Amino acid sequence: MRELALNILDIAENSLAAGAKLIGISLTADFDEDRMEIGITDDGCGMDKDTLARVTDPFTTSRTTRSVGMGLPLFKFSAESAGGRFHIESEKGKGTSVTAEYRISHIDRMPLGDFGGVVLQLVTMNQGVDFRVAVKVGKAEGVLDTREVREILGDVPLDAPEIRAFLRDYIQENLVSIYGGRL
Amino acid sequence: MKSLEELKALRDKMKSQTDNRAVAGTDETVIKVGMATCGIAAGARPVLTALLDEAEKRQLHNVSISQTGCIGLCRLEPIVEVFRDGQKYTYVLMTPEKARRMIVEHVVNGNPCQEYLIGEN
Ligand SMILES: Nc1ncnc2c1ncn2[C@@H]1O[C@H](COP(=O)(O)OP(=O)(O)O)[C@@H](O)[C@H]1O
Ligand code: FES
Ligand SMILES: [Mg+2]
Repeated sequence: MRELALNILDIAENSLAAGAKLIGISLTADFDEDRMEIGITDDGCGMDKDTLARVTDPFTTSRTTRSVGMGLPLFKFSAESAGGRFHIESEKGKGTSVTAEYRISHIDRMPLGDFGGVVLQLVTMNQGVDFRVAVKVGKAEGVLDTREVREILGDVPLDAPEIRAFLRDYIQENLVSIYGGRL
Repeated sequence: MKSLEELKALRDKMKSQTDNRAVAGTDETVIKVGMATCGIAAGARPVLTALLDEAEKRQLHNVSISQTGCIGLCRLEPIVEVFRDGQKYTYVLMTPEKARRMIVEHVVNGNPCQEYLIGEN
């Protein structure tokens, strides 16, 4: 992966595969502390202790098409090679929470990339799933909660062209603008 | 700045239009883009975006585009599956440019792009 946004997409795909109904994505940055944190939380099927213990080792997957799972190991590596930390918690039947922390100025920190595009893809292409996306930099915070959006839209789908165009601008103005081009 | 208030207004405007998009019939084309780790790493996202943009630009209402998980052919990602006329076409090693061409030639004009299909690679 060349962009952290692609890791976020990939980890959120795990949540979707786990049957999550609500996925939380948070991006927090503190430029004074030179820290940023990415969190992905879901209410999907979770993992038992055994799986959880093996999951950041790149030879774990529950898929049968290939014996190696690379998503979590790659995300972990992205943080640990950039002066940060990786953390995962999961409970069978409850859900999973993955966090990666980075030193913003670290030479090996990958750029965030097209975070807005990834958020747009996730929220418009997964009709039965809700997302709460929050970006926070210092005191500035922006949120997109698809539960609020759906309540307003009623039976109009999120992927209707007009709505997709609205959401693209909404994400740009309320989420991406919080960190600007700085990440 | 865009707000949810604006979304309400937009929704009301859309409701008052008669929806002519709901006419997808038997000629529907279903397109799926593999979005597992290796697909994403190989560039599946720009391919998906190109498909969506091209379909929107050409106002293709009888086309449904979605993402799918692992297709099991890492080496050939990004992969796009097209289901049409009861047949499945597997496009491999896709790029945004190839994806746009596939929409025009296969989805609009009905001629699959043979050189991008799996057997050829
Ligand atoms: N959010 C999640 N909820 C439940 N299980 C998960 C979650 N994320 C990962 N897993 C489990 O960990 C395995 C490894 O994940 P990953 O490293 O992304 O590889 P892959 O998704 O390709 O299998 C998955 O196959 C799945 O069994
Ligand atoms: S793991 Fe590569 S296509 Fe699924
Ligand atoms: Mg995965």
